[in-house]
Amino acid sequence: MNAFHLLLAHPAVRLVLWLVLMFAFIGLNVLVLVWVERKVAGYVQMRPGPLHVGPQGLLQPVADAIKLMGKQLVTPAAGDKVLFWAAPLLAFAPVTVCFLPMPFDPRFNPLPMNLGLVLILAFSGLGVVSLCLAGWGSNSKWGLLGAARAVAQSVAYEVPLLLSVMAVAICAGSLDLYAIAGHQGTWPWQWYGMRNPLAFFIFLVCAVAETNRAPFDLPEAESELTAGFHTEYSGMGFGIFFMAEYANMVIVSGVAAVLFLGGFQGPFLQGVWWFILKIYCILFFIIWLRWTFPRVRFDQLLNISWKWLTPLALLDLALAVVVAGLRA
Amino acid sequence: MTFSKIKDALTGLKSLAIGLGVTGQAFCAKNVTVIYPQEELGNLSTYRGPVELVGKEDAPDVPKCVACGVCGKACPSNCLTILSLIPAKEGEINSGPTEMGPAPQKGAKTPGQFILDFSLCSLCGQCVKACAHNALRYSNNPYMVSVNRGDFRLDLLARLRRRARD
Repeated sequence: MNAFHLLLAHPAVRLVLWLVLMFAFIGLNVLVLVWVERKVAGYVQMRPGPLHVGPQGLLQPVADAIKLMGKQLVTPAAGDKVLFWAAPLLAFAPVTVCFLPMPFDPRFNPLPMNLGLVLILAFSGLGVVSLCLAGWGSNSKWGLLGAARAVAQSVAYEVPLLLSVMAVAICAGSLDLYAIAGHQGTWPWQWYGMRNPLAFFIFLVCAVAETNRAPFDLPEAESELTAGFHTEYSGMGFGIFFMAEYANMVIVSGVAAVLFLGGFQGPFLQGVWWFILKIYCILFFIIWLRWTFPRVRFDQLLNISWKWLTPLALLDLALAVVVAGLRA
Repeated sequence: MTFSKIKDALTGLKSLAIGLGVTGQAFCAKNVTVIYPQEELGNLSTYRGPVELVGKEDAPDVPKCVACGVCGKACPSNCLTILSLIPAKEGEINSGPTEMGPAPQKGAKTPGQFILDFSLCSLCGQCVKACAHNALRYSNNPYMVSVNRGDFRLDLLARLRRRARD
């Protein structure tokens, strides 16, 4: 028992354990999210959604995954094979790192670091490189157009996203997600989302755009670009992009929950349950958005970011700085 | 200029919220899907299934149809085939079914054969509208399934007789 505790105390062992746990968490969440997405889509359209595979269709995502794994992997003959297959791996690899500083519970901090927020933002920024490589490597006009859109969109929405995050970080005086969550109180009116609703709004819009979700799903617009950057991917090649998209959704929801909804803070329940509940509330909202709004046009997409969100975020940041300065 | 743009953006935001409200209400509303093998629709009175012949009030297995052939002419997809049966006069031998000709013959006529090729029918209802004797109507039968194309060549007279018997 003592030897076991000693082993657990070693940071490398904890890191590996945490990574394995996170892989399981991501896999499970992707399956659940696919089911939630299809159920919500169904209910919004007044139909029941998946129903027949397992109880209430719960095993439908498993059936989908098995189907995807059974499919042949095709590489375009004219494509760049190395880039083509590097792209899905590059899409998924940063996702696991982004879960490392996620504050699930204050009593459990596997890898204490004071720059968790920066780590997440840096690694999630890598995601767009994989989309770019996927579009370029498949040597297809759909893929290339999708990749070009992905890059323009990512550049446009990263700016207001970072500005809104900075407003909160200045308020909390820390970049450690555990500390930011800890700074907020137990009750909803003590959360930064209530104190700074403009930053919360900007963050949510940018989060939807950064994860390429409808109504900002231009890089994979089915009706214009067949599937955009992943047009040429079959089977699990597509499956990994799909998983990465859903895992990215969990990450942005997690960050939003920490920054604006108090993270693990909440009355009555244990920390981790509050955190997961908040993540799923935000995820539900993102899915609800997808089944409500039509896709925006590309110039509209860029206008929203550069003409509205960026100036608003700058204004919000200035206000946050003044308020923080007055309090100090 | 700037104020009108801000006003536009605010009304846009308001309309987005209204949109979320619409889908939110739909999300909470009851499903309208009928999961077929487990459930079936109750009231089918307004359902427009493949057309069927109407029987006479006093003799439900005898069609009201007088084999005038107007329905067949009204049909845009030529899916109706009507052969009239001319009743034999006294002392004559029944001439049997004849293809509808332009020259009408005297005496009350009944259809000898009334075939609907449902694989061609688009359920437009022109035949029902054209019939002067109200001898055709939509059926209420939504359950017509087959893997054989020939099964959709419906003998409406036989179906009328079967319906009267049941």
